[in-house]
Amino acid sequence: MTQTSGRRLTMHQKQNLWGWLFLIPATALIFWLSFYPMIRALMISFQGGRPTALTWSDPLTRNYQFLTKDKVFIQSLKNTFTYLIIQVPIMLVLAMIFATLLNDHLLKFKGIFRTCIFLPCATALVAYSLIFRTMFSYDGMVNAVLMKIGILDAPINWLNSPNTAKAVIIIALIWRWTGYNMIFYLSSMQSIDYSVYEAARIDGAGAATQLFKITIPLLKPIILVTAIMSTNGTLQLFDESVNLTKGGPANATITMSHYIYNTMFQKNPNFGYAAAMSFVILILVAILSAIQMKVGDKRE
Amino acid sequence: MSEGAFKKYGKRTLVYLFLILMSIISVFPLYWCFISSCNNTQQILGGRMVPSTHLIENLKNLFAQQDVLNAFKNSVINTVLVLVLSLAICSIAGYGFEIFHDKGKDAVMAVIMMSMMVPFVAILVPLFQMFTKMGFVNKYIGYILPSLSTPFLIMLFRNNARTFPKEVLEAARVDGLSEFGIFVRMFVPMMRPTFAAAATITFMNTWNAYLWPKVVLQTPDSITMPMLVANLLSGYVVDYGVVMAGVTICTLPTVIVFFILQKSFTEAVAGAVK
Repeated sequence: MTQTSGRRLTMHQKQNLWGWLFLIPATALIFWLSFYPMIRALMISFQGGRPTALTWSDPLTRNYQFLTKDKVFIQSLKNTFTYLIIQVPIMLVLAMIFATLLNDHLLKFKGIFRTCIFLPCATALVAYSLIFRTMFSYDGMVNAVLMKIGILDAPINWLNSPNTAKAVIIIALIWRWTGYNMIFYLSSMQSIDYSVYEAARIDGAGAATQLFKITIPLLKPIILVTAIMSTNGTLQLFDESVNLTKGGPANATITMSHYIYNTMFQKNPNFGYAAAMSFVILILVAILSAIQMKVGDKRE
Repeated sequence: MSEGAFKKYGKRTLVYLFLILMSIISVFPLYWCFISSCNNTQQILGGRMVPSTHLIENLKNLFAQQDVLNAFKNSVINTVLVLVLSLAICSIAGYGFEIFHDKGKDAVMAVIMMSMMVPFVAILVPLFQMFTKMGFVNKYIGYILPSLSTPFLIMLFRNNARTFPKEVLEAARVDGLSEFGIFVRMFVPMMRPTFAAAATITFMNTWNAYLWPKVVLQTPDSITMPMLVANLLSGYVVDYGVVMAGVTICTLPTVIVFFILQKSFTEAVAGAVK
């Protein structure tokens, strides 16, 4: 009997070993290329000097102190939060509306509508940035069409005034990502038993009641996931700022990632300061996610 | 009763009108980009909505200005390398985490999930330093290495490994197949839809990547398609016909994959949060 259990243990141990073997390459890569650099970034954020000869700052928190006085950084922080506060809620509400409409079993051409609304996701961020830049240029198509229809008397300089430039970025972001979020909602809705809705309808519940009393409470976990993902993504916006507006006019649309990139690759690169700014993003992502999880939990 | 019917049909019509309008808005920028690759700058800026005859001319100018073939080749090589390697590494890891799971491995998985919250830009500086030291800058390996193991793919494969039948596993073990053999001969063929989903989303992400390639690929002959397209706007006089032709070439592969593998893509987007 001892022998059998002993043999079983060896087989179990063998399998256990195989399990570790299977997951070690992936795990090692993540520790090497994600966690280790994170610790390095924290260290570098306390350093200064040329990239090839970084030395500890004096005082140590010099980079972080400079953040509070750096007008461009504060501007990039404000811009990023403007995008976050305006774009994410509009996008998620729109995605929820689309998903609700497309989840109707009586709706025809569902597949075509879904494909169309999901299609922007297939576009590279650089590609759609350039398309929107071209569409909204001063002598461009949007102005030409709006003037032809008679909505505008004179062309708007979309990309050269701070507010309209931000608006174009927000419109572009909503265009690119609404379908993506819709897919999350739609596939979660499809796992809700449709008879629940039919029963609610018989009880006289309207579309709005169904949405707020059935769909949204059941979809809360996925709403939380999309909110965290969108927040995380918006705090890291880069391609749009670089290619759609080039951060301009006068840094009015520059994002934090764009500024970090510039700090890394300008004439006098400052890796320590770039690392300090990137750590601010890390902390912001952590704080905002924590808040969202807290809020998401409370409504339970 | 007819009033009720009207109310019902009116509402229906409104829903259809709204969805049609939204579909047009969603498709329009891409449609406009594709047809604009056949137009010249004047027509593009003037808001021409149908293709004209300038496609060949735009392509000629584009290929004269930029080494499109080389950038396209780089994009293909980078994408294929990431596809093959990341699917291999992450599928076997996801399988390992689920099939052999115990307290230790679950803890490691939880830590890996945490790395999902690390914004890429937060590790940009040290990563670039490390890659410079190791001589990976301007090389394929420099581009692909950070995308080979992603928590998203590991999670996708782990969640789907849950549906791998225990009986198949036991039967294969009784038949004397090694653990690795079970993975290759049983799991991989059975999980084809999951692999398709993972491949689709990895293809999109890798082909479209911009920030990391812009950091790690700095010589003109190492750049990828999105970087080449971004360069088209840097001249004094912008030829928008050329820009749109470039954007079209860069976008066509992902749009084609989107239409062929839309179902897989949808599953990948939603599959990881099941």
